[in-house]
Amino acid sequence: MKRHLLEAADLDRADATLVLDTAAQIDQALAGREVKKLPTLRGRTVVNLFYEDSTRTRISFELAAKRLSADVINFSAKGSSVSKGESLKDTALTLEAMGSDAIVVRHSASGAPHRLANWVRGSVVNAGDGTHEHPTQALLDAYTIRQRLGRLEGVRVAVVGDVLHSRVARSNVWLLHTLGAEVTVVAPPTLLPVGIGSWPVEVSYDLDTVLPKSDVVMMLRVQAERMNASFFPSAREYSRRYGLDARRVAALADDAIVMHPGPMNRGMEIAAEVADSARSTIVEQVGNGVSVRMAVLYLLLGGSTQ
Amino acid sequence: MTYLIKGARPYGEAAADILVTDGRIAAIGESLSATGAQVVDAAGLIALPGLVDLHTHLREPGREDAETVETGSRAAALGGFTAVHAMANTDPVADTAGVVEQVWRLGQEAGLVDVVPVGAVTVGLEGERLAELGAMADSAARVRVFSDDGHCVADPALMRRALEYVKAFDGVVAQHAEEPRLTTGAQMHEGDRSARLGLTGWPAAAEEAIIARDVLLAGHVGARLHVCHVSTAGSVEILRWAKGRGVQVTAEVTPHHLLLTDACAESYDPVFKVNPPLRTDDDVAALRAGLADGTIDAVGTDHAPHAVEDKESEWAQARPGMLGLEQALSVVIETMVEPGRLDWRGVADRMSVRPAAIGRLDGHGRPLAVGEPANLLLLDPGARAVVDPAALASRSRNSPYAGRELPGRVVATFLRGTATVLDGEAVT
Repeated sequence: MKRHLLEAADLDRADATLVLDTAAQIDQALAGREVKKLPTLRGRTVVNLFYEDSTRTRISFELAAKRLSADVINFSAKGSSVSKGESLKDTALTLEAMGSDAIVVRHSASGAPHRLANWVRGSVVNAGDGTHEHPTQALLDAYTIRQRLGRLEGVRVAVVGDVLHSRVARSNVWLLHTLGAEVTVVAPPTLLPVGIGSWPVEVSYDLDTVLPKSDVVMMLRVQAERMNASFFPSAREYSRRYGLDARRVAALADDAIVMHPGPMNRGMEIAAEVADSARSTIVEQVGNGVSVRMAVLYLLLGGSTQ
Repeated sequence: MTYLIKGARPYGEAAADILVTDGRIAAIGESLSATGAQVVDAAGLIALPGLVDLHTHLREPGREDAETVETGSRAAALGGFTAVHAMANTDPVADTAGVVEQVWRLGQEAGLVDVVPVGAVTVGLEGERLAELGAMADSAARVRVFSDDGHCVADPALMRRALEYVKAFDGVVAQHAEEPRLTTGAQMHEGDRSARLGLTGWPAAAEEAIIARDVLLAGHVGARLHVCHVSTAGSVEILRWAKGRGVQVTAEVTPHHLLLTDACAESYDPVFKVNPPLRTDDDVAALRAGLADGTIDAVGTDHAPHAVEDKESEWAQARPGMLGLEQALSVVIETMVEPGRLDWRGVADRMSVRPAAIGRLDGHGRPLAVGEPANLLLLDPGARAVVDPAALASRSRNSPYAGRELPGRVVATFLRGTATVLDGEAVT
């Protein structure tokens, strides 16, 4: 593994598989244990540096670090020195001076983790940067697919929704491609980036033709505010053309699964009955997120004090 | 002071001695001698007319921590310039006779290059009503170039009026071509790389749409239009079309758009963030071809100093712009001269003659000939050096060429017969 996890596009097949296999080993090691804790990162300090509110991702990383016995510091940009104008660099140097071994960063600016990695000696884990990447989400999604379907090679994945603004979509496209899956992105043309032709994906504007050919349907969150910028005419029209409802789910193969990174807009991109159905992996994804993040922290920090 | 420049090659042609006295070129010929003259050994050096920049940000008044008229003038002289146009987006904005005269006087006091203020087109660069263009034209600064650079004069009716109005004093509107509704939040060129990097795209069409509109307006009202920092292949095509129709349009390209592409953004290092953004290989090729065939008239540096804290940040938070004065000629040598696209007379034309003509500057952009003002530079074309931002004369360090080896070294610059640079060092 490299020192940082900045983007899924960085991971080669061996590294990505190592993360998934390590997560599986961690799951096995903890299965059935009363005390769900490993001593691996005892004495190491992990900082969660969150410039955006994201309770679920922050909690997932916090739990992952604590289950590895690391000390965890949560640094939220709100109500801190950051709100008084401290720069990202100064914050990073401050945290490092306090002895952090890894910084898990969530930031609204694409590339912020890359900048951070230039300024600190410890490891940087990207927990979502702007509209760029969210690599641990893609890793946990790949882990979930492998768990449910038993493989990734040749699995046909439809990624549906606001690809343009989605860091989850970008990370999944690169990681799934690296792992041998076949990805189709489905969205209205306004929600696809202009340069998508250079991505290793098929592109479709029509969800109904893609669904019967999909083993996995990954729904993306669509923010209603995009409507105001004319990316689509109305929430109702979006839902009608690109929402996953029971009628559409009926077109899926019997063992096909439905994924969503959360938080969901029930009734917008996904119908409640679909989200709660047996095909849905949404709750598993959350649980797998902790295991995969444990694997990432374990692999980056080497498990021993240097 | 009298200088006897020995053995320089004017325009890279046959070697000759150049005698400079009383601010003018007194003689050009073989084996000249002059008693009391300071001899400058220029064997192997190329003599060119002093360079003229149509597009410089000197940051004074307002951001003297990033650059001052004096530090920017020194950077310009070291780059071989004898005149620079100081853009209007200072604080306060150069939208009154008072501010442009202040900048002009600061330039005179520094005395290293002629600092020619650009006047804002609209009050406060806000794009709503015309600034007092006539007052700036009539001031001691004799403003002829007007620009809201940094902002586009987006309102087509206002742009039309500005184009028409400045005809009264032979002015020109220099447009920052960027349709603002198409570039909300834009961070880099919109294409394959922006899609991957998750940075909001700045589409080429946002520049081309404004240029197309403005050449039609300029043609309609018979006014002069200058297009700042042309960055796309499509813009070059539109300019070629307009010139073919007889529209009085001129255009500039920056050194960085001649050399760098949007691949630089992959580092997320905001030193490469600039507006308009770095484009693709195809755009770079079209810009070089456009400069070679004269569709693009001039090189304008868009020298844009920024304090460290305005660049050492997340990409989206960083301010756009990069240094250019000290490396402009080197970049032109690398991209245009060494590949055979321009000869030295071509360099003189695009970096001195035409920009001086666009700015209506007297005494600059003149030929190297007896009786002409002694605004000239001496260049060692064979020298190569790695750019070290810490060694730059600019007060800022945001050079996109850091660590890059570039050809050519300005050995001396003369402003009206006074050396501003000798032996590659600033004289004052």
